[in-house]
Amino acid sequence: MIESLLSIQSINKCFGAARASNNFSLEVGRGELHALIGPNGAGKTTALNQLCGEIMPDSGRIIFDGRLITRMPVYRRAQLGLARSYQITSVFAHLTVGENLSLAIQAHQGHSFRFWKKAVDDPVIREAVLPAMARVDLEGRADVPAANLSHGEKRQLEVGMALAGQPKMLLLDEPYAGMGPGGAVELTKLIQRLKTEVTILLVEHDMGAVFSLADRITVLVYGQAIASGTPDEIRTNPAVREAYLGDEALVSP
Amino acid sequence: MIRRYRMSSIQFNWYNPMLLFIEQLLNGLQLGITLFLLSAGLTLVFGIMQVINLAHGSFYMIGAYVGATVTARTGSFILGILAALPAAALAGMIVEVLVLRRLYQKDHLDQVLATFGMIMFFNELTRIIWGRQPLFMDVPPWLTGSIELIPGVPYPSYRIAVIAAGILVGGFLYLLFTRTRIGMQIRAGASNREMAGALGVNIRLLYTLVFGLGTLLAGLAGVMAGPILAVEAGMGESILILTFVVIVIGGIGSIRGALAGALLVGLVDTLGRAFLPIVLRLFLSAAYADGIAASMASMSVYILMATILVCRPRGLLPAHG
Amino acid sequence: MVLNRQTLAIATGAVFFLVLPGLAGLAEEPYLVTLFSRILIYALAAVSLDLMLGFGGMVSLGHAAFFGIGAYAVCIFSFHGFEGTPILSWPFQLDGNQSGLVLWPAAVLLSGAAAAVIGALSLRTTGMHFIMITLAFAQMLYYFFVSLEAYGGDDGISLFSRNTLPGIDLGNDIQFYYLCLATLAVFLFFFNRLIHSRFGMVIRGSKENERRMKSLGFPTFRYRLACFIIAGAGAGLAGALIANQTEYVSPGLMHWTRSGEILVMVLLGGMGTLFGPVLGAATLLLLEELLSIYTEHWMIFLGPFLVLVVLFARRGLYGMIAGSSGDHD
Repeated sequence: MIESLLSIQSINKCFGAARASNNFSLEVGRGELHALIGPNGAGKTTALNQLCGEIMPDSGRIIFDGRLITRMPVYRRAQLGLARSYQITSVFAHLTVGENLSLAIQAHQGHSFRFWKKAVDDPVIREAVLPAMARVDLEGRADVPAANLSHGEKRQLEVGMALAGQPKMLLLDEPYAGMGPGGAVELTKLIQRLKTEVTILLVEHDMGAVFSLADRITVLVYGQAIASGTPDEIRTNPAVREAYLGDEALVSP
Repeated sequence: MIRRYRMSSIQFNWYNPMLLFIEQLLNGLQLGITLFLLSAGLTLVFGIMQVINLAHGSFYMIGAYVGATVTARTGSFILGILAALPAAALAGMIVEVLVLRRLYQKDHLDQVLATFGMIMFFNELTRIIWGRQPLFMDVPPWLTGSIELIPGVPYPSYRIAVIAAGILVGGFLYLLFTRTRIGMQIRAGASNREMAGALGVNIRLLYTLVFGLGTLLAGLAGVMAGPILAVEAGMGESILILTFVVIVIGGIGSIRGALAGALLVGLVDTLGRAFLPIVLRLFLSAAYADGIAASMASMSVYILMATILVCRPRGLLPAHG
Repeated sequence: MVLNRQTLAIATGAVFFLVLPGLAGLAEEPYLVTLFSRILIYALAAVSLDLMLGFGGMVSLGHAAFFGIGAYAVCIFSFHGFEGTPILSWPFQLDGNQSGLVLWPAAVLLSGAAAAVIGALSLRTTGMHFIMITLAFAQMLYYFFVSLEAYGGDDGISLFSRNTLPGIDLGNDIQFYYLCLATLAVFLFFFNRLIHSRFGMVIRGSKENERRMKSLGFPTFRYRLACFIIAGAGAGLAGALIANQTEYVSPGLMHWTRSGEILVMVLLGGMGTLFGPVLGAATLLLLEELLSIYTEHWMIFLGPFLVLVVLFARRGLYGMIAGSSGDHD
């Protein structure tokens, strides 16, 4: 197996009586696109939030790029190269596309206790914004307020912001949610291209997309990883079939 | 106003520290009960409608003014209370229908600004109606004496009555929320607005009633504080800040939290004022000690709040999760 | 620069403030100079609040605390400077002073330091908690100054004379007015640079979506704290000026209703704009002044007026006049 970039080792998280993560473990190798699937309420978002640092696990360890990050705050993980795009698109609606991206770039250029110079005119930032826009097919839209973008374009910008800091790993939280068929095709192309550049952990409902994109898949049920393997292994796994009983998407991707 | 309140309540009993302690404990309990009456209503409004209501103290003031006036005219304290409660509740419901209802969907900043404007309005209105001179309310004759609850500690009957009334109200609220249909509806409305609406609860009416209940409790606190304090315009604000401290300590939206916070704040404040000078005099000269003790005592509840927030940013007994 | 409504409004305002002392002289109403000095000082406090409120999204109901600390710093230092007694003899000797060159930076530093402590504790919370905690801390300081009997306690303390500055006679009301105007102008210029700088971008981003800012890799807490400190220090400077203007300081300066008034100025004028708070301060203080000519019960009109502003004029006056939205650029 390839060397692991991310290793989640039996984390547990309880909310009152509900066990959202139950000895959950996950290995993501460098350069692979790993998908995390599971029925609603399986604890996918909780797992993601623990990985990002928005909530802390009750027990267990998370190792990213050789460093223990279990208790590290969100922003430190981001600086180490763990970038996230949100399920509910969270671009800065009041800022333009260019400003959104320059903010994301700024995050990875040391501290921002700089009070005088206009940020968007800063040559260091300006130089990085153009390629960042090109990377997610938003060329020429620098001055459009993010609020005026279409749903699909907001998604692109969202991903672009996550990519702007040259992350080692990209977490995509249900990128297909609320996407029309046209947008979905565009998004699949984008992810296919990104796959070659960065390690991706994809949390997704859309089984078609998952089975066509993923190198490996982990299935989460009741907070527990019940199976992990290539798409073909997952498709034929009896435990998975049981969990997804009657789910046509699994049988015919 | 807070300060004169404390001054009058401290009757030093230098001969027996234990008796002094018990006496101050009761004083703290009595302040805690008043704070609980105020914070119960406020925390309900915070928790259920998600509204910051700075004008809550105004209903306390309205209760005190109406109670004092009716008591003076009729000579009956009971009639005073019976007039103050509906007055505060009615004023509250009118305000809810005219203004607050429009603020539920707005952000906290708008709520702060609008209720701040309402404070100005109510303070000035009482000055126009009752003048600038404070009113004084007499303790009803049948409560003027003192009772020895614990042998050797005579304690004013009126204050005991206040404590008893507070305990009764606390019990009533408990029964209301756990045993009655409307209490369940309020709790359903608090946890899920849409769900309660779908179940056929008339949310608008329910909110008006909850707000009225909150201001009624504030009015009760006001009229009961009347004989202990001076009744004057602006009396609502100083107690309002303490009420906020109580709610923040207890956890916003939680009645149990409000009770715990109110008792804690009442005790820390009263005991701090009574004993800090005595304790500090052991180490410092009397003049220094009294000065420092006065500063420390008036800041003690805020220091308590800061400490609790550092450890538990959501308060002692938060309402949800 | 294109001559649009906004530049026109700003230019008119600037010219008005520049010629005001002359107009007051012609009208033989020297009182107007005093009134407008007060407006400029409150505008400075309101602008500093707008930095954290309008751009940083931090709703503080305790801003007057820093205003009061700045004022008390000036008064206590110059009280001891006048008496020739030390403020502190332990752990180090600290003497009083009457020079504005020493006192005003001291006022800024002290209020900034207080803001650092209060901000560090308050910013652990958000939303409703934050509002009430800033309020409670301000009240704590209020009671602290009430209990300082050595400096007048409840009644406050008078300044024997205004501070000294080389080349300027602060005792002269017109010179003092222009000093306030210059201070406000410099602060506004600094403010304008700040909100477009890298720091300003982080502050504005944190207002809109703090969670996202963290996941982009920004340690938002320290930037918001820095913003809180800058705002507190700005209010401290305004406090130093108000102490000199009225030559009197009392705990009433930091009472929570004062914080409420400063908040009202920001909202009335237009939150998240550069000049809105200035307009708001002028409107509120002039309205108070005007109404109090006709009735001592002016608050009975001002209160409902505020409610109406919230319900119907949410963008603030500056938005109506300059035609810009709450967004500044």
